[in-house]
Amino acid sequence: MGATSVVTDASFASDVLQSDKPVLVDFWAEWCAPCRKVDILLEEIASEMGDKVRIVKLNIDDNPETTRAYRVMSAPTLTVFKDGEPVQSIVGARPKSDLVKLIESAL
Amino acid sequence: MDEVRNLIIIGSGPAGYTAAIYAARANLTPLVIEGVESGGSLMTTTEVENFPGFADGIMGPELMDAMRKQAERFGAEFVTDDVTRVELVNTGVPGSSAHHTVYVGETAYRAKAVILCTGSAWRPLGVPGEQEYLGHGVSSCATCDGFFFRGKDVVVVGGGDSAMEEATFLTRFASKVTIVHRRDEFRASKIMADRALANDKIQVEWNSVVEEILGDDGRVTGVRLRNVHTGATKTLATAGVFVAIGHDPRSTLFRGQVELDENGYVKVQSPSTRTSVPGVFAAGDLVDHTYRQAITAAGSGCAAALDAERFLATLTED
Repeated sequence: MGATSVVTDASFASDVLQSDKPVLVDFWAEWCAPCRKVDILLEEIASEMGDKVRIVKLNIDDNPETTRAYRVMSAPTLTVFKDGEPVQSIVGARPKSDLVKLIESAL
Repeated sequence: MDEVRNLIIIGSGPAGYTAAIYAARANLTPLVIEGVESGGSLMTTTEVENFPGFADGIMGPELMDAMRKQAERFGAEFVTDDVTRVELVNTGVPGSSAHHTVYVGETAYRAKAVILCTGSAWRPLGVPGEQEYLGHGVSSCATCDGFFFRGKDVVVVGGGDSAMEEATFLTRFASKVTIVHRRDEFRASKIMADRALANDKIQVEWNSVVEEILGDDGRVTGVRLRNVHTGATKTLATAGVFVAIGHDPRSTLFRGQVELDENGYVKVQSPSTRTSVPGVFAAGDLVDHTYRQAITAAGSGCAAALDAERFLATLTED
């Protein structure tokens, strides 16, 4: 169970804000090399923790509204949401253990 | 856990991948623990114009992807996560066999030889506001974050090649780029400095240091500068602060286990890449505070692989 999925400006409210589970949002971009590394780790985490958390990716070039709304100014920015609110955020490529800790902060 | 490998390579810049290519071709099946920032410093650069063989230049990430693929083709294996701890066993006897252990979280990997090439890390300014606004206007990586500063004014701190490259790159997005430098001339190479100074969007605050990064409502609004000669301070409005004042060797993991110099660089028995621990070798920016180029890192990575290969060949099987 569990793989990452894609969200957009249009689907953000239903997929993230109204989710019954915590959601980790990866604000990423094509041109961002560190984003690719985080991507590999997120796929792993999704398969390991997919029952507890949803992991979604939002392309910041294609979805400026959400990117602006949450004041994302660095790629990648990883923010965990719970009950429609951002709980905690980290920026840049981080080790897997940091990403797991970020998720656990919202469980 | 009981498997003992021939060789573990920690790090994945030009030094790590070149060591991996050579070791893989020598049938050592090296395990490369790349780190989450795999690819090293070149992953956050744009065009690399001085790597021999690429007459028209090549993008940094593309070059690193190619090196990785080349190592993979010959049988190198990869772990894309950070090493958390190492146990380097010093027998004190050159050429003697010991099993070194490298931990990635709870997972332990053991090997007879280890090559350290973790490179160097971005050096922060260490002023108030910097940590608070990291990712909210303060950045170490123009190619990662420049996009967010379209039409805004930004500041680049530093006077070396990285500062020049960041400033020049940022003019694609920013309306104005101010370089803040503590001296009255750049230490960057002439070609990089000239290119930055010739750019209409770039201006320089000479003899100045950033005292504090100012912000409001969760984002950067300005910097307070101090002139190092007169002591006068002034505030400069800016949306972004790109810090490029240099790098420090990423040697914390190895402190107390291999000999380091006073600045934290791993000491090697030049011209070899042997460290103070038999079977442990070091290459790239972790060792080199003089040249710090992709090609010199690659060259020393090659040397480390050859040194490791020779070391492994002389081990008496136990």
